[in-house]
Amino acid sequence: MTTTTPQFSAPPVNQLGPWAWAKKNLFSSWFNTLLTIISLLLLIWVTTSLLGWALTQAQWDVLPSNFRLLLVGRYPVEFIWQVWLGVAVIAAVGGFSWGVLARQARLLDRRALITLGVLAAIIVVVLALLTNPVSIALALGLLVLLVLTGFAGQAIGRAKPQLGTWLPLLWLVGFLLSFALIRGLIIGRTVRLDDLGGLLLTILVAAVSIVLSFPLGVLLALGRRSDLPVIRGLSVLYIEVIRGLPLITILFASQLLVPMALPPQIRTERVMRAIVGFTLFSAAYLAENVRGGLQSVPRGQSEAAKALGMNPLLTTSLIVLPQALKAVIPTIVGQFISLFKDTSLLAIVGLTELLGMGQAILANPQYLGRSGEVYLFIGLIYFLCCYAMSSASRRLEKQLSAPRRAVEPALTTARPDGG
Amino acid sequence: MTQPQMEMADSQTGAEPIIIARDVEKWYDNNFHVLKGVSLTVAKGEVVVVMGPSGSGKSTFIRTFNALEPYQKGSIEIDGIQLSHDLKNIDAIRREVGMVFQQFNLFPHLTVLDNVTLAPKWVRRWPKAKAEEVAMQLLERVGILNQAHKYPGQLSGGQQQRVAIARALAMQPKIMLFDEPTSALDPEMVREVLDVMRTLANSGITMVCVTHEVGFAREVADRVVLMADGLLVEEATPAEFFSNPKEERTKKFLSQILH
Repeated sequence: MTTTTPQFSAPPVNQLGPWAWAKKNLFSSWFNTLLTIISLLLLIWVTTSLLGWALTQAQWDVLPSNFRLLLVGRYPVEFIWQVWLGVAVIAAVGGFSWGVLARQARLLDRRALITLGVLAAIIVVVLALLTNPVSIALALGLLVLLVLTGFAGQAIGRAKPQLGTWLPLLWLVGFLLSFALIRGLIIGRTVRLDDLGGLLLTILVAAVSIVLSFPLGVLLALGRRSDLPVIRGLSVLYIEVIRGLPLITILFASQLLVPMALPPQIRTERVMRAIVGFTLFSAAYLAENVRGGLQSVPRGQSEAAKALGMNPLLTTSLIVLPQALKAVIPTIVGQFISLFKDTSLLAIVGLTELLGMGQAILANPQYLGRSGEVYLFIGLIYFLCCYAMSSASRRLEKQLSAPRRAVEPALTTARPDGG
Repeated sequence: MTQPQMEMADSQTGAEPIIIARDVEKWYDNNFHVLKGVSLTVAKGEVVVVMGPSGSGKSTFIRTFNALEPYQKGSIEIDGIQLSHDLKNIDAIRREVGMVFQQFNLFPHLTVLDNVTLAPKWVRRWPKAKAEEVAMQLLERVGILNQAHKYPGQLSGGQQQRVAIARALAMQPKIMLFDEPTSALDPEMVREVLDVMRTLANSGITMVCVTHEVGFAREVADRVVLMADGLLVEEATPAEFFSNPKEERTKKFLSQILH
């Protein structure tokens, strides 16, 4: 009785019981029944053997003894608190944006509570096996910081709703600050980037490349649609050349060519050169994705803007680009996810990012034959990071598209506000 | 407030011209000759309705007035400014010429209020408070005031078109161009848009409307012109145009639209 209001007739609900559901979806014909049974057997066999291996044969001691290497590489141990500070900055910015974006809703809804709970459980249970209690406490502290800044962001976002448009800038500032902290801002001594390794290097290279390739890709996409033949030609040439080369080639080339392109007094670290390679590579693909978005904006939009006297710069930045980027959020995030995974190629140019560090550990005779344990762990970390990115993108997409969806006027009034 | 349409009905040469188009010719990229030398002079405060079968070039013609369509031969002068390929001129003219499109072309990512205030803020450089004040007045005039904070996707077609009119008016143009403003609307919404256009016409602004609404043309227009096959076939007062057309082509067209 509580679910329907008298004005509206709800569509008929076809609720199937579990048996009826199983019959419809799993055992509808003899062939489907056969497939179901085979899949079930396979599933049981894989899980039991994996679990059996993990619980009886696997020697997990390789992970706790190399945990720090896998996370931060050869970052100087005495300064590792700078990394914690850098991560804390990102957590604060993340929590703040979460609060601002969710200012209309309840911050700790069911989904948020489940996510936080799972994260806390992972920290307490998994990290307990891998690292010391201080790190666990610090990691939990980060979660608390996330929630606190979330509430702060919500309160400030409610007071100043126009804050939402400044979030990208906040992220840029937070990102630069975090980078400076990890680089050694406070101790006043530069930590060599080439000393970084493991997950920290993976995230750093991916994040810097993403931040740098985004504007470059947007400019290339606009250039490709330019009316000026020289700009258009150069953009097309760049995009097609880069897309015609394998990433490995570009990474090797950037290691060799960047020092040649710069004056000899400027010495670049290998990580920097790798970032240049990833950025150039990613920008070309991003340009094509953004171009797809630009093409999805109807011509009438720019005509209307022009008719109002807006010059090409205003038309592009206020009308066309915002709509184009919104349309391609899923593709762009998809590309960032693959960029994140592609950083595993750093191992080939001699940098020990997460995968490279795994290989380095396995090369130690002490840990011979532990590849299953190490690779499984690394795979899990990759999965967690990518899954976090894709679910963040889904939320962002939902957030940005919500107000534009056509809402029946009657429906909005019937909805009990703030109930 | 003047009643320009009254004097214009008497003499078309009396008032000062604001649009002077001479022998405008245009070819599309595929060498299709869409405008074959069209001349039209519109006086300040005049309301001109352009009619014609589809493909006759009428939309293309009025879109040359604010340089949305380039033309290859002839000349166009808007409010004393020669429309050349100089970007400065084009921007100056576009600020004075408002346009309403068949497909509304509201900006879907902005609220109704932001749609209306965007150009005044960024092009006219008005402070936000002034732009919003003007916008609210206009929204009230077109009857959308209570929807100001909704997004275009949440409005009906008729409401969207009225917002589009308010958006164009917010730049305080001297000339308003209407490119089939009611053709994409459901029948029951045509009237609310025509009502707004009618009040606008009575305010003394110069209007050039491409439309098939005979009732509107009869009642509001000072002059009706017929275009066919890229040429201007006939121009006359509405009374003459509809009851006593001179050209064969006009008679044929009228027999097709007046069932």
